[in-house]
Amino acid sequence: MTTASTSSVDARLATLLLKDELTERLHLEADLLDEQRFDEWLELLDDDVTYTMPLRLNVHHSDADRASTKEGDVSWFEDDLSTLRMRVEQLATGEHWAEEPRSRVSHLVSNIRLLSVAPNPMAPEMVEVGCRFLVYRNRVADETDIWVGRRTDTWRADTQGHWRLLRRHLLLDQGVLMAKNLTVLF
Amino acid sequence: MTDSVDPLMVDPDNGIISREIFVSQDVFDTELEQIFARAWLFIGHESQIPEPGDFFNSRMGTESVLLTRDSEGEIHVLLNSCRHRGMKVCRYDEGNTHDFVCPYHGWSYSTDGTLVSVAGELFGVPHYRAGYDRKLDRSQWGLIPTAQMVNHHGLIFATWDPDTPSFDEYTGGFRFWLDNLAANTAGERGRVKALRGVQKWRIKANWKFVSENFLGDNYHGPTSHSSVDAVGLGPGGKEAPTRHGDNKKPRSIGSTSFFDLGHGGVTTAGYAWGYPEFEDENMTTYFQQRWQQREQRLEAEDRPIGGLGPSTMFPSMSLHAGAFPRALIVAHPVGPTETEVWRWFLVDDDLPEDIESWLRRWYLRYSGPAGLVEQDDMENWDYATDASTGTIARRYPYNYQLGLGMASPSEVLDDAVESSYLMTEENARNYYRRWAALMSGASWAEIDQARGGK
Ligand code: FES
Ligand SMILES: [Fe+2]
Repeated sequence: MTTASTSSVDARLATLLLKDELTERLHLEADLLDEQRFDEWLELLDDDVTYTMPLRLNVHHSDADRASTKEGDVSWFEDDLSTLRMRVEQLATGEHWAEEPRSRVSHLVSNIRLLSVAPNPMAPEMVEVGCRFLVYRNRVADETDIWVGRRTDTWRADTQGHWRLLRRHLLLDQGVLMAKNLTVLF
Repeated sequence: MTDSVDPLMVDPDNGIISREIFVSQDVFDTELEQIFARAWLFIGHESQIPEPGDFFNSRMGTESVLLTRDSEGEIHVLLNSCRHRGMKVCRYDEGNTHDFVCPYHGWSYSTDGTLVSVAGELFGVPHYRAGYDRKLDRSQWGLIPTAQMVNHHGLIFATWDPDTPSFDEYTGGFRFWLDNLAANTAGERGRVKALRGVQKWRIKANWKFVSENFLGDNYHGPTSHSSVDAVGLGPGGKEAPTRHGDNKKPRSIGSTSFFDLGHGGVTTAGYAWGYPEFEDENMTTYFQQRWQQREQRLEAEDRPIGGLGPSTMFPSMSLHAGAFPRALIVAHPVGPTETEVWRWFLVDDDLPEDIESWLRRWYLRYSGPAGLVEQDDMENWDYATDASTGTIARRYPYNYQLGLGMASPSEVLDDAVESSYLMTEENARNYYRRWAALMSGASWAEIDQARGGK
């Protein structure tokens, strides 16, 4: 992590390279999703992946803790690998009418930050990455959805040193979802 | 706006229904007046407001209402609009308070029984002495309460109309479906809780598409949901001989239609098929026990064994009354071609934690905007609505002739007919019969009379 204590140039360089590597990962992921290479996208996931998007609630600001739903509550997504696989399989049937014909989708990710690196940037095994997402969907003719929010990912290095997504937590900035469905992977 | 609707638009006897009723602004405005201001509507579940002072921001038709629990523990439903200039007195989805203070000029309304005589009464008025000379009669300017409210084993319903028949009369034999929704998997009523959080989303479809779907549209399943069969969404996983629901469900289990009341369900009151088999054997064992307990309880309480599966209570509340899933959905009208859908999920209040968590995750991948099943429904409802708005399209009515003349009286219920073949539009025909009766502008007494004093 880039903190005052990491004073050596080596460590700072390592952090910079790590950030570049993970930024590249996020951009690759966006391309795979937008090019509908869903099977390749699944390859980026850890076997223990959790993929969650809670509901957002209007509560008094002093109650901020309750402003989104928690584990155990209702959410938009609470997926593991088997459910994510099922989503991809369903898309491939050609009879998933909500995505047949397929929508045009673009994923933009920005504000990328390394939130934590374990055990250290010189030999990273687990990295928490924060970013914003903007997902744009255009469907059939004039149907258009824009989803914007904040994403917190945990990437874990597998035995070959490839980064795999272990946890994705999505905070969508919508109270009432202004879209008819969520057939898009975020 | 018209006061009533041309009866020729709806011809249930011949299975012909005009597209106008799904796209016309006039019809929509009349629906708000004749249906949503008169019918019993679902407000929320008691478990959402367990403590005195708890509130849940709900909705009736197009309007915001507050489901509250006062300091004595009594439940109320109040229109969320200040009596001074109409400001929403509460813009939180949930919380705990005994007074709603209007952010516009500061009028405050209380649900504290030690301060006011009626929950929602106007309590605090800035400049009451100097500005109003103490002459403002606070007892006349409280938040508007619904005319009737009922707590049916934890399910809260209300209506704005004091003349609406009692909840028991209004629901008739459909109460068995509601009982199942309100009961845990062992059949004990009042033993479920709502999971925290209500999914709310907008669709570009007429609200009646939602009701009609759960009411008895078994016909759409094989086509609309062919993709979920392929991926093995059922509790038994891919190997089970299943479609998207329960793997023991026989091919034909009939459907039920309350011909005068408009409610309907895709199963019958006298038939049930037990809980499904799971990939995890422990869960299979657990639910087999629950099913046995359910059978015993229902027999002891003289309740019919069936009344499970998707169903709709007229006009706009739909439910899955069994546990796989156990959920309910309300189609709130926004405009003729736009609807705000709210979905609640209910679970037994005494499930082992791992089973509750399995059910929750399974519900979420089944239903709602991210649910593998429901996604395809919304695609169909939206584009069906869209392609029905055109000048030419509107000239041609929809066909509701599936199963015409093929229903017979239920042997279990005295106010329902059953169709022995699973695929029928009998339920929809009777739903629109009820719809037309209310839309005619007839009084409840007149509507009751037209039923032939049944
Ligand atoms: S609008 Fe509420 S006090 Fe004026
Ligand atoms: Fe469906």
